[in-house]
Amino acid sequence: MKFFGSEITPYKKYLTRRQFIQSSIATSIVATLSSDSYAMHEQQDSQYSDQLSQNDFLNTYEEITTYNNFYEFGVEKSDPSSNSGHFKSRPWSINIDGLVQKPGVIDLEDLLKNITIEDRIYRLRCVEAWSMVIPWQGFPLQLLINKVQPFSNAKYVQFETVYRPEEMPGQRRNILQWPYVEGLRMDEAVHPLTILSTGLYGHDLLNQNGAPLRLVVPWKYGFKSIKSIATIRFVDSEPQTTWPLDNPREYGFYSNVNPSVDHPRWTQATERRIGEFFRRPTLMFNGYEEEVSHLYKDMDLTKYY
Amino acid sequence: MILSTKIVKRSKPIIFLLLLSPSMLWGIMFIQSNLGINPIEKLMDELGQMALRLIIVTLIISSLSQYKFLRSLQNIRRMIGLMAFYYVVCHFLTYIVLDHFFNWKFVIKDIVKRPFITFGFINFILFLPLVLTSTNAMVKKVTFKIWKKIHYLIYIIAPLATLHFYLLTKADKTEPLIYLGIILLLLLWRFYYKIIRK
Repeated sequence: MKFFGSEITPYKKYLTRRQFIQSSIATSIVATLSSDSYAMHEQQDSQYSDQLSQNDFLNTYEEITTYNNFYEFGVEKSDPSSNSGHFKSRPWSINIDGLVQKPGVIDLEDLLKNITIEDRIYRLRCVEAWSMVIPWQGFPLQLLINKVQPFSNAKYVQFETVYRPEEMPGQRRNILQWPYVEGLRMDEAVHPLTILSTGLYGHDLLNQNGAPLRLVVPWKYGFKSIKSIATIRFVDSEPQTTWPLDNPREYGFYSNVNPSVDHPRWTQATERRIGEFFRRPTLMFNGYEEEVSHLYKDMDLTKYY
Repeated sequence: MILSTKIVKRSKPIIFLLLLSPSMLWGIMFIQSNLGINPIEKLMDELGQMALRLIIVTLIISSLSQYKFLRSLQNIRRMIGLMAFYYVVCHFLTYIVLDHFFNWKFVIKDIVKRPFITFGFINFILFLPLVLTSTNAMVKKVTFKIWKKIHYLIYIIAPLATLHFYLLTKADKTEPLIYLGIILLLLLWRFYYKIIRK
């Protein structure tokens, strides 16, 4: 599979490699700032180019870190990067509970010691009809699931972030029900494309991108990829997740990228790739149809949107 | 103290330039790609909100000019109304040209299918009679009585514009609700004033 991480680096080695990448990114950011944003993603980090699909171009570090939806820090796209400075993403632990043989609290640093971090270049398609291409670093969620051994009656995985209104100014208002909750069916959760991400472009995740640990499910709308995960719970029924709770008519549990099922208020047939002038047609399952369509083969996707 | 018509009329060119300048600024920023990560969306948002604000300003002027000492404000209401239409046109053109690049089939489908775009488009149409009857000659031609009736359309346009804004926001509806609140207050004020006067 060509979009897969071909380059696999142990985490320790990865940490030293990061210093090298940082300096190269610093120069590319300077280059971006001074160049025209319509120059169609001129400079590409060659390190990632062999993993890029045809016709895809990496979005810049600046684009990925300053245009975000993370309502815990405010509803404007620039809010997460400007308001997340007080968020304490270290130390961090993840609470594992529910229908699982090894429940408990896992320290993130401990977890990462024994895990190999991979590069994954994924398209990210927001439900608002814009998209980016992002070089993530992370590991398959499946690895963690295998470690904690859910019971056979665990059919879904529920994720929760933290409730810290003093650090997350957006949580001081009830725009959504806090803390943010997301979920996946077990077969979606163990799918090899589903990752927990710890970084992007060789940097640790910034707070606005969901530091220190976030989900990335590339064939679903971006809001499914919950940020700053604090709890992973194994459950036997479909979890109530934040956006369907807020508006069940507009947002469903599955929220697979699907150009033929429109959002009630706008089309999902096309999207604006950030940095490009012309809209692109949206691809079924965000272009990962071959890998994931079997998960939904007997389902009516207009009903389970 | 009465605000003199002379002062109001003299300040017209300055107000005109003041109202025009945001669009120039955004246009320049857009060309220089200084309008953020998603410049088309940003431009469309700014132009649309500016149109809505100017529509509200015309309502405020209508209410204020019922007071004798502020009656002279009526002299700039037409210009502000026309500037509101200018921003509506810029907003609409951004949608057609920059967002969908003359993909008419898509745009027409969008207008028919998406309520929030339908409302935006209806508002654009409703604005046309106001603009067409804005010259002195046209006011005379259609008679002042009819002209006044035509311009009551603004009381449909203003809430519809807010609804257009409300429907496109995702979770935080505060901003469109603030606009709606202001419009309702202004309508109440007008209503109250009319009753008191009678």
